[in-house]
Amino acid sequence: MRIIVCLKPVPDPKHWNKLKLDPQTRTLVRTGIPGTINPLDRNALEEALRVREALGGEVIVLSMAPPDAQPVLKEALARGADRAVLLSDRVFAGSDTLATAYVLSEAIRTLGDFDLVLCGDETIDGGTAQVSAQLAEFLGVPNLMHVSSVDARPDAPWLVRSQIEHGCMVVEVKPPMVLSVVKAINEPRYVTLMNILQAEGKELAIWSAQDVNLSEPWVGLAGSPTQMADLLTPERKGRAEMLPGSPANQARALADRLHRLGFC
Amino acid sequence: MIDHVDSKVWVFVEQRHGHVAEVGLELVGKALELAGLLEWKVAAVLVGHQLGEITERVLSYGVDEVLVADDPLLAEYCNEPYVKAIEGAVRLWQPEALLLGATAMGTDLAPRLAARLRTGLSAHCIDLKITPDGQLLSAVPGWGGSVLAQISCPRTKPQCATVMPGVFAMPEPGDNRGRVIPIEVHLQPEDVTYRVVEVKREEAPKSGLQTAEIVVAGGWGVGTKADWGLVEDLAAALNAAVGATRPPVDEGWAHEKQMIGQSGITVRPKLYIGVGISGHMHHLVGIKKPELMVAINSDPNAAIFDHCDIGIVGDLKEVVPGLTRAIREHSEAVSKKTER
Ligand SMILES: Cc1cc2nc3c(=O)[nH]c(=O)nc-3n(C[C@H](O)[C@H](O)[C@H](O)COP(=O)(O)OP(=O)(O)OC[C@H]3O[C@@H](n4cnc5c(N)ncnc54)[C@H](O)[C@@H]3O)c2cc1C
Ligand SMILES: Nc1ncnc2c1ncn2[C@@H]1O[C@H](COP(=O)(O)O)[C@@H](O)[C@H]1O
Repeated sequence: MRIIVCLKPVPDPKHWNKLKLDPQTRTLVRTGIPGTINPLDRNALEEALRVREALGGEVIVLSMAPPDAQPVLKEALARGADRAVLLSDRVFAGSDTLATAYVLSEAIRTLGDFDLVLCGDETIDGGTAQVSAQLAEFLGVPNLMHVSSVDARPDAPWLVRSQIEHGCMVVEVKPPMVLSVVKAINEPRYVTLMNILQAEGKELAIWSAQDVNLSEPWVGLAGSPTQMADLLTPERKGRAEMLPGSPANQARALADRLHRLGFC
Repeated sequence: MIDHVDSKVWVFVEQRHGHVAEVGLELVGKALELAGLLEWKVAAVLVGHQLGEITERVLSYGVDEVLVADDPLLAEYCNEPYVKAIEGAVRLWQPEALLLGATAMGTDLAPRLAARLRTGLSAHCIDLKITPDGQLLSAVPGWGGSVLAQISCPRTKPQCATVMPGVFAMPEPGDNRGRVIPIEVHLQPEDVTYRVVEVKREEAPKSGLQTAEIVVAGGWGVGTKADWGLVEDLAAALNAAVGATRPPVDEGWAHEKQMIGQSGITVRPKLYIGVGISGHMHHLVGIKKPELMVAINSDPNAAIFDHCDIGIVGDLKEVVPGLTRAIREHSEAVSKKTER
């Protein structure tokens, strides 16, 4: 069983106030902001470990990110992945989801046969929730999104549960496949000091564009069909009318106002 | 197949087991408005099996064309055959833009379809515009939610977007003037790449948020599950529905279905009261034009005060109980009066 987890290093939400936008490329400048594993990708990794525990095999984590994302991949190794590949090259900068999915798909082809690719449903920084399905498209395998449980059976089609409005659907699907997961799927395990020490011995390969076969043009900002046309500052009403006084007075004043307007 | 389809803006109108997702019709309304600016025509795209009744219903919303892919292999949603059906029609008739609802189905179908067509898709949009030269501009909250990014797709067609349910108002039925055009599909059983064995319905708690006239929403500032009761009590006093930002949902104080905003639901209340909410765009985009918007926050510089009519700077634990009491007193006085 070979399982690949696509894991996106994202700027730690605790430091988002430091994010800036490059006015020229209109992309995000993350310099100096610590990275972390995109939260749902932690669930994807956890699910990969569980499938490996059930069926045996190897878990490889794969990220497309700048070289300073290495600590994030080390964390994934400490969490239990067997090895890691970091795709890092200037030409990847500014990739939209189509370009990201294309490059990831070629890296997966370079890694060889696989049974399962796991992703998070969406990232907290891009939040497009598109990469997993587009990756499956480039790989030419089935995919399911919004996945909340996986029953990986050795000799039968797998049973996968996917959330839909007002419920879920359960489907039978045969590997290889791409699945993207929701938070409810599992509770990621804790990392121990022992895990961190063990991770030191594991392989973290860094690949450039030369290490994968990119014959299509869908790479980087130039190969991305979507562009950021503009940044809008949202409409504002202007400063609210502030109710003064003690909490009791403020509460009374607001209740009176709501009463006069017929709300109570 | 018919070799001529006039419509340049297509809307995928989702149906599952004969049930039409409202967002599809909301998008038909918006598409007619946008296309009207350029004198373009609008088509609804229907995919499934035995769609006669639904086709009639969609026609009644005034679309110019309804493109129907009807096949037994499309009866149960699976992305591959749906992609194939729509891909064929797009390649043949070459629309300028394709809109889908950001539902479970839409968010699964759209990226795969856009990748097959090697075109751009912008996701979870909260507004759409069209330029005089036919560029679709979609607004998406970005980067921690402090700005709105406008995404375009200048080089490839169709320009695709998924749009959150409830962002655009449900249109009134218009004149039934469109024509129905079948999409020829050539599907094999192998195209159905996964088999649906079961569809389970889970009853979500009814929050009534979408239709509520008064919404009281709580945020991370509420602090604990126990104090979440303060928000619920205030809502009860006002006969209001209870909404939330993302953190209370993540913490389990509120149900997922109560989340208002970009990844949650859109509300259209007359009165909105936000308690312990900072005012990220991700949340604010889910509140459509309330007559009165109120915020209670301990931070005088909270962004939400720039979007409100009335603000109270204070600790919600001190303000809210008194507010709930004062509102109850008013309501009791009113009901006594009416009794007399
Ligand atoms: C892709 C993406 C999609 C998202 N979608 C959504 C969405 O649909 N809906 C959504 O809500 N969020 C969404 N978010 C999250 C969003 O960016 C914000 O993180 C969230 O809205 C913040 O919620 P908050 O205002 O409750 O919390 P905070 O930003 O932490 O604000 C808490 C506020 O409470 C105040 N406060 C603290 N203590 C008190 C007190 N005792 N009394 C009074 N005030 C107090 C503080 O001053 C502060 O302003 C999304 C994020 C991403 C990345
Ligand atoms: N640069 C990346 N490197 C590795 N995986 C990624 C990358 N971007 C997105 N993914 C995967 O795709 C999922 C959905 O991302 P997105 O479409 O950006 O919301 C993430 O949860 C990851 O699993």
